[in-house]
Parts: sequence; C-alpha cells; structure tokens
Amino acid sequence: MFHIFCPYCQEYREEEEFHPSGQAHLVRPADPASVSDEEWGDYLFFRDNPRGIHHEMWVHRLGCRKFFNITRDTATYEILETYRMGEQPSITAANAEVRREQGVQTADGGWQTVGAQPENSRLNEETPS
Amino acid sequence: MSEARSEDNGGNAATFDTHPGADAGVTPESPLQWSRVQGRVTEEGGAAEQIRVVERPFLGHLVLRGGAITLDEAVRAELGVSLPGKPLGLVLDAEGSRSVQWVSPDEWLVIVPAGEEFELENRLRARLGDAHFAIVNVGGGQTLLELSGEKARELLMKSVTYDVHEHGLTVGKAVGTVFAKTSVVLRRPSEERFELVVRRSFADYCVRWLRDAGREYGLRVESASH
Amino acid sequence: MTQSNRLNQGGRIDRSRRLSFTFNGQQYTGFAGDTLASALLANGVDIVNRSFKYSRPRGIAAAGPEEPNAIVQLGASEAAQVPNVRATQQALYDGLVARGTNGWPNVQRDVMSWVGKLGGSFMPPGFYYKTFMAPASMWMTYEKFIRKGAGLGRAPTEADPDIYDHFNQHCDVLVIGAGPAGLAAALSAARAGARVILCDEQEEMGGSLLDSRESIDGAPASAWAEQVVAELSGLANVTLLPRTTANGYHDHNFVTLHERRTEHLADTAAGAGREGEVRARLHRVRAGRVVLASGSHERPLVYANNDVPGNLVAGAVSVYIRRFGVVPGQRLVLSTNNDHAYRAALDWQEAGREVVAVVDSRAKPDGDLVKQARDAGIRVITGSAVMEATGSQRVSGAKVVAIDTERFVVTGKVETLECDTIASSGGYSPVVHLASHTGKRPQWRDDLLGFVPGEVKGMHFAGGVHGVYALGETLTDGADVGAEAVRAAGFEEAAAIAVPEVAVRQESPTSALYQIPHEKPPLRAPKQFVDLQNDVTAAAVELATREGFESIEHVKRYTALGFGTDQGKLGNINGMAIAARCLNRSIPEVGTTVFRPNYTPVSFGAIVGRHCRELFDPERYTALHQWHVENGAEFEDVGQWKRPWYFPQKRRADGQERLETMHEAVARECLAVRRGVGILDASTLGKIDIQGPDAREFLGRVYTNKWAKLAPGRVRYGLMCKDDGMLMDDGTTSCLAENHFLMTTTTGGAAGVLEWLELWHQTEWPELQVYFNSVTDHWATMTVTGPDARKLMSEVTDIDLDREQFKFMDWKEGKVAGVPARVFRISFTGELAFEINVQANYAMHVWKALFAHGEKYDLTPYGTETMHVLRAEKGLIIAGQDTDGSVTPEDLGMHWAVGYDKPFSWIGQRALTRPDTAREDRKQLVGLKPKDPKVVLEEGAQIVLDPEQKIPMTMMGHVTSSYYSPVLESGFALAVLKGGRNRMGETVYLPMSDGSVHQAEVVSTVFIDPKGERQNV
Repeated sequence: MFHIFCPYCQEYREEEEFHPSGQAHLVRPADPASVSDEEWGDYLFFRDNPRGIHHEMWVHRLGCRKFFNITRDTATYEILETYRMGEQPSITAANAEVRREQGVQTADGGWQTVGAQPENSRLNEETPS
Repeated sequence: MSEARSEDNGGNAATFDTHPGADAGVTPESPLQWSRVQGRVTEEGGAAEQIRVVERPFLGHLVLRGGAITLDEAVRAELGVSLPGKPLGLVLDAEGSRSVQWVSPDEWLVIVPAGEEFELENRLRARLGDAHFAIVNVGGGQTLLELSGEKARELLMKSVTYDVHEHGLTVGKAVGTVFAKTSVVLRRPSEERFELVVRRSFADYCVRWLRDAGREYGLRVESASH
Repeated sequence: MTQSNRLNQGGRIDRSRRLSFTFNGQQYTGFAGDTLASALLANGVDIVNRSFKYSRPRGIAAAGPEEPNAIVQLGASEAAQVPNVRATQQALYDGLVARGTNGWPNVQRDVMSWVGKLGGSFMPPGFYYKTFMAPASMWMTYEKFIRKGAGLGRAPTEADPDIYDHFNQHCDVLVIGAGPAGLAAALSAARAGARVILCDEQEEMGGSLLDSRESIDGAPASAWAEQVVAELSGLANVTLLPRTTANGYHDHNFVTLHERRTEHLADTAAGAGREGEVRARLHRVRAGRVVLASGSHERPLVYANNDVPGNLVAGAVSVYIRRFGVVPGQRLVLSTNNDHAYRAALDWQEAGREVVAVVDSRAKPDGDLVKQARDAGIRVITGSAVMEATGSQRVSGAKVVAIDTERFVVTGKVETLECDTIASSGGYSPVVHLASHTGKRPQWRDDLLGFVPGEVKGMHFAGGVHGVYALGETLTDGADVGAEAVRAAGFEEAAAIAVPEVAVRQESPTSALYQIPHEKPPLRAPKQFVDLQNDVTAAAVELATREGFESIEHVKRYTALGFGTDQGKLGNINGMAIAARCLNRSIPEVGTTVFRPNYTPVSFGAIVGRHCRELFDPERYTALHQWHVENGAEFEDVGQWKRPWYFPQKRRADGQERLETMHEAVARECLAVRRGVGILDASTLGKIDIQGPDAREFLGRVYTNKWAKLAPGRVRYGLMCKDDGMLMDDGTTSCLAENHFLMTTTTGGAAGVLEWLELWHQTEWPELQVYFNSVTDHWATMTVTGPDARKLMSEVTDIDLDREQFKFMDWKEGKVAGVPARVFRISFTGELAFEINVQANYAMHVWKALFAHGEKYDLTPYGTETMHVLRAEKGLIIAGQDTDGSVTPEDLGMHWAVGYDKPFSWIGQRALTRPDTAREDRKQLVGLKPKDPKVVLEEGAQIVLDPEQKIPMTMMGHVTSSYYSPVLESGFALAVLKGGRNRMGETVYLPMSDGSVHQAEVVSTVFIDPKGERQNV
C-alpha cells in the first residue's frame, strides 16, 4: 500500500485514493498523419519496463482528480518524488545515486500555485487559511 | 408557452433554475428518501447519542472552476468570504451557513442555503464576465451529512482512510477521500462537527455503512424536516 | 482432574477464579490468567495433537506464537468454530471448548499412526508428489483423505454470529512488541509528544519481563513493565493495543494489526455479554516510523525423537513456571549451547522439582548463570548434548553423549538419564519476519548465530530483533531507538528517558550448535525433527540436498520446511544449518529466506471487516428507486447501479393468478413501446457538463465526428475511440449554449469517460480552455417513448411539441409537471421519444405525474431488458456489449459518424489507417436471423461457415447481442463476422456445445423501420 504525496493537495494520501495511469512523459506525435505506421505503433503499444527508476503517471481519482507524475523504484517500491503535470523529474536513472545521497525533497508544505496561470501564486500569499 | 428560465450569458453558457418555486406544490425528495422509507433515517430530534448524524438536505451546491484570482474577487464580492487558496481549505461566512471549499487547484465547492444557488450563479457569472471559468449546479446530485458527538471521530476511523485526528483533519480543512467502498468529501467546519458530502446514488449505502459501524454507539441517522 | 503440575504459589494467574474448559472431549479446570496451553500443562495433558504427516503424538513445545504442535480447533458451537489457533496464544475462558487440529479420529489412538511408526523411508520428502502423481484423475480422491488425515483445521459450516471491522490508524511511531525494548522505545517516543501506538500479541504487555529472573532498579522486572504500561495508558497521545498481533508489514510503513477484542472472554462477543461489539478488528496503520521490537525466538536443538511429548524449548519452561505457576514435569534434563537457557534449570529447581542434569555442548562454560547452577548443586555435563529422547507417549529418558561439533560426530559413550522432560536451547533467532515482508533479506551475523533484519526504510529495530539480548542493554537500546524514531518522525525535543539500572550478567559465548550428531548415520537414526508442524526431519533436508536441491528456497519447497501457518518460526535456521552442513557451505551461502504475511493466522472475519452481506459492495439507486421497488421491478446490476430489469405484472391464466415470466413481461413491454407509450428510468446514464470557449474544439478531438457546427438547441450522437482506433464509449452530446455542452455516456462508462477527458486535457491539451464536471447524480432522466409519447407529453408540459418546432435531435427547456426540465428528442428505441431531465430531487414528482396522465395511454414502465431488445431491433449498439475494445467505428458500419477531414487529428484517427485496422476481412457488425424463428441464439456463440468441418473449426465471428422480438415474432441477433458486410444473405452456422447446430441468415443490423421514420413522427 503506497503512501503517495499528491503535488496538488500537498500532502500524503493512501494509495486507495489514486489510480495508476501508465508510463509518464509519453509524447503523442504532434502530427499523427506524418508518422509511419511503425512509429504510431510504438507510441500506442510499446512501454518501458525497467527494473529500478521509472516515471509513472497517476491520478488522484478520489481526491482532486488531477494527474501527476511519480518517480518510483520498481525494485524497492520506493517513491522518490512526485511532481506535477508538465514538470520534469529531478531524479532519473542517470542521477539517482547522487540524489539518493543528497536526500530527496518531496514536500515544501502548504502554499502552492493555484490554477494554471503563474501569476496566481500571488493569491496564496494574501489569502488567510 | 415556455417561460424564460435560462439566463443568456452572452451565449457562453446556459444556466437553469431547476426549482419549480414554492407555489408549484412540488415536494422534493432528498437523496435519503429511500433510506427514510426503509427506516434507516428518522426525523431530526430526540436525545443526542454518542454520535449524531443529521442530513441537511436541499442545500445549494455549486462547483466553481477557474483561476483562483479571477474567482476570488467574484466570490469575495458575492459571498463575502475569500476563496481558500491553500489546498484543502474550507471557509465559512460569518453565519456559518455558506461555505467555499478548495477541491483542486482550479475547482471549489460552494454550499449555500436552499434556493440561493441560482441567484448566486447568475451574480457570479455577471461579475466574471468574459473570464474563463465554469459554474455547475450539482445540488440535486449530492447531500450533506453532519456528524457530531464524542465518538464521531472513532466512527470516521472505521469508515475513511484519511487521518481524522485533530492533527490531520484540522478545523477549516476539507478533503476528498475513500469512504468504505465509495468516496466522499470530508469536511471539518468546526471543532464539534464533521461533515460528509455524499453523492446521491451512494447516499443510502453511506447511511447503511454509518448505521452498521455506529451500532455499538447507538447511532441514529436523522434528517432535517422538509 | 486435578491440576497436578500447578504450583501453590507464584505466576501471574488468579487462583481465586477457576475456569472450566473442555479439550478433546475431557473436562478440565484452570485459572484466570492461564492460556489454554498453560492450563493443559497444569492438568498434566501430554498429548495435544497428532503430527501432520507421520501422525506422531505431540505435546506442547513452546509458550508463544512459535508453538508448532498445540494447534487447536476452537469453539463450542458450529458457528463459532475457529481453526488453527495456537493453544499458547489463546487465553483461557470459562466454557472454552477446543480440540487438537490433527488426529483423526482422536489424538490418543490414530489411524494414521502406522505411518509414523514405519519410519522415514516410507514417506520421504516429495512423498505426496511421487506417490500420488498418477493417475491424475485420482488426485481428488487421494486429496480428500490426505487432507483429512493431515488435519488442516476446518472452517465453520454455519454463519459467523460475530461482527468484525477495520480501523484506519495514523501515528508518528508504531512500536511492535511490548517487551523491554518496545516499552522503553514507546516511552521515549510518547514523552516527546508523538502519536504512538504500542501493540503486543500477548494477553499482557511486558514480554520477557514477565518471566525474567532479573531485577530492574532493585525490583522484579515485571514491576517495571507494569509501571511503564500504567504511565503510557495515562497519555492521550498513546494507543495501547494488547492482544494485537502485527501480522503484515507493507510498503511505505503500512502495517496491519489484528486485534482480538473478545476472543479471550468467550466463543462469541454475545457469549461474553458484549452483544454487538466487535470480535476482532484489523487496524490499518500508516505509521511515520515503525519500531520493530519483536524480540527473538529460542531455537530448539535437533536431536532424535525431539518431538516426543515432554520435549520443550528451554525458555518455555521458565515462562510456564514463572508466569503461570506450572511445572510441566518432574525431572528435567536441559540441553544447551548457551548460558541464558540455564534459567530454566534454576526456575525448575526453585519450583521444587528435580533437575537431573544440564548438558552443555561447550567445553568450559563459566558464566554467572552457570556458576549459579553449579552452586545450587545441579550436575553440569560439558562438551555433550542430548542425542536422543526415549519414550513414545512421553519422554522417559535422555541419551546423553559427548560430541565433536566440528566433525559432527559423537565422541564418547552414551549415558541414559532418566527424566520426563527435556528442555533444549540452541540459541536465539531474532523475529525478523515483519522486516522481510516487503522483500528485504535478513542478514546473517556470525557473532549472534542468527539472522538480523536487513535495512528497511522507515523501520527501526530495538532489542532482541537485532541481537541486543542482555536486559540492561535492551532497555538502553529501546530508549535510544525510540528517541531516534521520534526524531525521524519530526519531533525535535525528544527528552532522553532515564534508563533504569540492571545488574550486568557475565555470559560465556554461545557455541554454534543446531543438529546433534547421532551414533547412527542420519538416515538410520530415529527421526530428528526440524519443523515439527510440517513434520520435516533432518534426514529429509539432507535427502533434499542429495537430490540436488541446493538453494534453501528449493529445499523449503521440496520438504515443506517453514510452510503454512508456521512460517518457520522454530525450524528455519536449523533447517538451513543442516542444509549448509550437508552442502559444506556456510549458512548465509545456502541463502536466506524471506517471510510472508501473515505472521500468524488472521481470521477471515477480520480481513473482511464490514464489507460483507449488504455492505459487500455499494448499491447505487436512482431517485426513482422507491417507485421501482413498489411496482414490483426485478433489478439488474449494472456496475453498482440497481436498474429495473423488467416489471413483471400479475396475470390470470386458468383461474390462477401468477406473475409474468421475464419473457412475457419483456414481450408486453416491447409491444407497449412499439404500439403505445412506455417509460424508462435512464438516470444512470453518465452526464458530463462541459463549459469553456474551447469546449467545441475539445469535443471535435475526442469524438470521431464533427462538432464545429452543432447549434445551441441541437443534439448529436458521437463515437469516442481510444488512440488505437477502437471504440470505447458512445452517447449524445447536446449544445446548451455556444460554449456549453451536456455529454452523456454509457452507464458503465460514466466515471471512465470523465477521467478520459481530464487525462487529455491535463496532459496533452492544457491550453484548451474547457472544464468538465460530472452531473450524473444531479439530473434524473426519464425516457417517454412510443407512438403516443407526444400525446402524453402534451398533457404535462408547456413546451411546444409540434414536430416542426421540436424536431428529432432538438432539445428544449420548459416545465414538465410543473418542474423545470430539459427535454431531449433523442431515441434509443426507434420510436418517437422524449428524454426528460429534471433535478433529481423533483424526479419522483414528475414520474408520478406522468403516470397519473399516462393511465389512459396505458403508460408502461419498462426495464433494461426491453431497452436492449428495442435498441437491438434498430441495430443500435451498446458499447461494451457489441464492442470489446477490438472494434472500430468502421467495423460497426458507422462510417457516417467518422469525420476524416476534420482539421485536428482526433483520438483514434491515425490508427484507422494502419493496415490491420483497414483490413477488408475484419469482423464487422451484422444482423443474424435464425432460420428457425423460435431459436434465440446464445450470446457469445461462435460462427462458422462449414458445419461439417473437423475441429478445430474456422471461427468467423460471434454473436454479441441476441433476443426474441415480439414484433418480428422471431429470434434475432447482432454479431461480428469476418467480412460480414459482404456476406449479406449468406447462411452461417452456429455449433452449440450440445452438438446441435443453428443456422442463421446474415442480414442488416436494422430489423425494424430501416428508414427511421417512426422516431421522426
């Protein structure tokens, strides 16, 4: 039973609230008509299955309904970080060892950007909790 | 001849007053009507037990979607409370009868007394003008249960996976979480009270569950009168 | 019977409260505070069970969860039966009834016992695999007898009267085990203000302190335990859970605790005078930090006939004497390789019974306890061990011999000591089970002669579990680790607790000793048991290694070592040591084993909790549920929804009144819709509110067809594909305003489609300005359909229903029965239809008003079955029934609903031109008309072209929907058939499992009103 930090709700929640949604950072070809059948087949059907660091997409189905990403070690089941849609992982298979030694920051607690527009962060400083 | 119940919001969205009006002689049925018929819910009143569960039916429930700054201004102006910008925030107005709850970074749940929601929606829409937002009336689809009493927390520990300890679910917090085999919105508007917002179609299941889990406390589920 | 082995004083029992109980049909008495095991020993009961495989008599061997023999079936009544209870863990209560799990027909005289007497060569490891292999068909017969003979306990055949539940717990620090280390750790953490849960599997907290000979701060160790428990129970931030076993350790510090709340009082909660209370509770704990203070289990030595009743683990002897005032025999021989076990001899002698000798494998033991024993006049035989126990129903003597542990041989002459009890100790095995549940392998430590836990994130170890054994060190370790855990949980101010004073005891080192060499070669010597519960002998392990099983994991599976409810608590290390010796390797080289949850058996009741009977799964109801029930609906489960399936009516025939069959009811309902007017509760359809300036663009990308020009007031049917081009859902979407749409989905697809839209919006096209919200529960939906639908509607609504004003695929708003409503002219029946949406709280009013006005039109409620027949007659598909994730819109013949020239490459478009999706011979949706109109084809039936073809036949497709049509007066079906659209008019064959073959003609999917005129009147 995973304990997952939702980067939108900004706290840890039980796995039962979430649902896995496959490999993260898949890119749908911008112009599907221009890619070959083989390339389209790769996009549709082929996924990584590494032992070790893997980036997955999950959705906080019973909470905020937002999709986000998880960097997880498939061998130890350890979740190394969670990050929002559109962000890049700070831990990858390439830098995992270094990051492990430095320690991983997952939560900054409390305030966060609200909504899609960056300027909304201003609101967070003004609104009483 | 059909009356105009829709407000024209510049063609952006269709609003709709779903209520027939007091003079129409139409009796609404809350999502717990079937539970009531089955004897699982009684009229409000009687001696307080270790736990009390009371339905507050027919409240106005609106979902607000949009950017926080945009919505905040409109909500402040029309409801007199600021939009909770912090995740999981829940704010109430001075009377405690109107609330705004953070649901996700672009979603809030507003609950107001019965019948206020259509007016409020129109006022908010007028204020929000051309901004990108959405307001959705969901009042027919959910109902609110209030839980109070010394064993309320214990009852919730049997039912939800969320940490309902005062360190976890602090006053002024609201979360969507797992309830038995369904989901609910769990709110802590005050020290003495928890609230569950349950979906209409799951309401009877939730009541059955609460009654079963609360049997050892002599739990009764009540509903406020129509 | 008298309690012949009970001491007059001492122990933590209440001699003023006598409890009577029944074991194997005999009545006994014990005292409050006894376990079933201590009470049986007090009464001198030697044999409690028959062994699993060899059916040898077995007695109580241990005092805790590691007990391998005294496994009982509990319960006076059938409904209260509990299998596989360890007598050592079951508190005694008045009226307790138990019997040994094994031993058919009884423990004293056993029909299987010849197997045990005939010796190992008849039942080597793999015996069952080898002997009962052939013929395979006979296994079922063999198994019945093997199981009965082996006796694995049995489930009750009557319903359990008790209730169980789950409790979701959250804490900063969970301490598992309330022995010295656990108590000290909990105290450290609690004083720092953390939320602490302390659980312990025993009746009383204190662990080894309760039977310790040592003093803490000058007082008995048990007094310190009582004082700490008292302090902890007074703290609001501490939850104490006695009788609670931590059974499973799961990812990210999620721990399941099994709390037994009334099982120590009576068979049932009601029997304990606690009607309605929870019998057992599963705590689902999410802990910030876990302190594992599970201590150690003493290992017995492996010697010949070490399973005869009267052979005990040394520590258990002390526990029975000191905690329960029970001495389980008269004359004791202790066989040991360490100092600590000497306490058994000292306790025995102080209880006034005879210690015949202590046999120590070490050459020169000289620790404090050894000196005490010598000073007390106890004979200590060094460099030796008990090689064999004599006796069959009870130990009658111990054969003692000098041994060379290096060369694994006996070196001296055998001396037989007369005794009735042999206590043995081969050292201590840390209880690492929970630490390995997530797959972390334990690590061998040569200095401890045992495995300690591997590193587990979020878990700390205190006391015996990581090899800290001496009492004083254990207390210090517990306090330190508790402080460390609470700091790790984020508490800065962990005040150090004052560690009490304990006298340091000098100990001489333990020697490595597991199996005792015998004068005969291992395979000839009497049985030396490694795993008593699974009847695995040293010879079996040796044979396994000779047969080529080199990894301990394989040896385990071949021999059953450490299987089942035992989980290797006593035998694992000994088994590994023997395998290592045979393979000439070290123990860690042979491998380590990991353990699985659960640590000890958990009742199914606790696992299930409240999720049973009417709460097994949520039942979702529409706003009209009450009406459906009151009008006799039969219900169908659609997902979690209860939907009316059909409404059987009373019918008079032959002067008898009876309910219609389903067939009759559906025929009546179908004809009512085709000829008059019917009504369906369609509230379960998924409904999604879509708003935003890019809503239209978004629809164009997720649906296969075009949305750019759909005007407010209009409705369109849409198909939704996955990006592989396969249909996932369908439904209508209405344009409510320029930037506002209402999408409907299938009942089952509601949640999935909303998440699908969110997925694409949040991940691929966040730049599109659009919001989606579920309004499924907000609106109730009623479909009024049939030739008379307009007449009925005109009586209840102010909406202009003129066919030119309110066209097919239009929607309008107005009032229906006085309630504001949106009405949609869409049809799933092929007839004129109005779909009415009202806010759900007003649905019942509207529904009843429709019936009040509908009486003169014979308004007929219909259910899902009639809905299916009506839509299938029109060739309308149901996503998920006529499709299965491998069907494209083209396969369905819905080319008209695919917009290939839309500017954006919508989801699924690209895949439709892949060679496989564009194949001519794909399975295509067709209609089938059985040649015999009475035949209703089976859904799922396979279609072939040549009924004479030999098996395997060439399968061309299958039936997806099939019904009887009262209008056609014939069966009819929809099917997917390879190249089906080019096979119109052909005859196909459907071979059935009974050998019959149906014939059917391939026809159009539309069986009624091919021009679609009826819905457009």
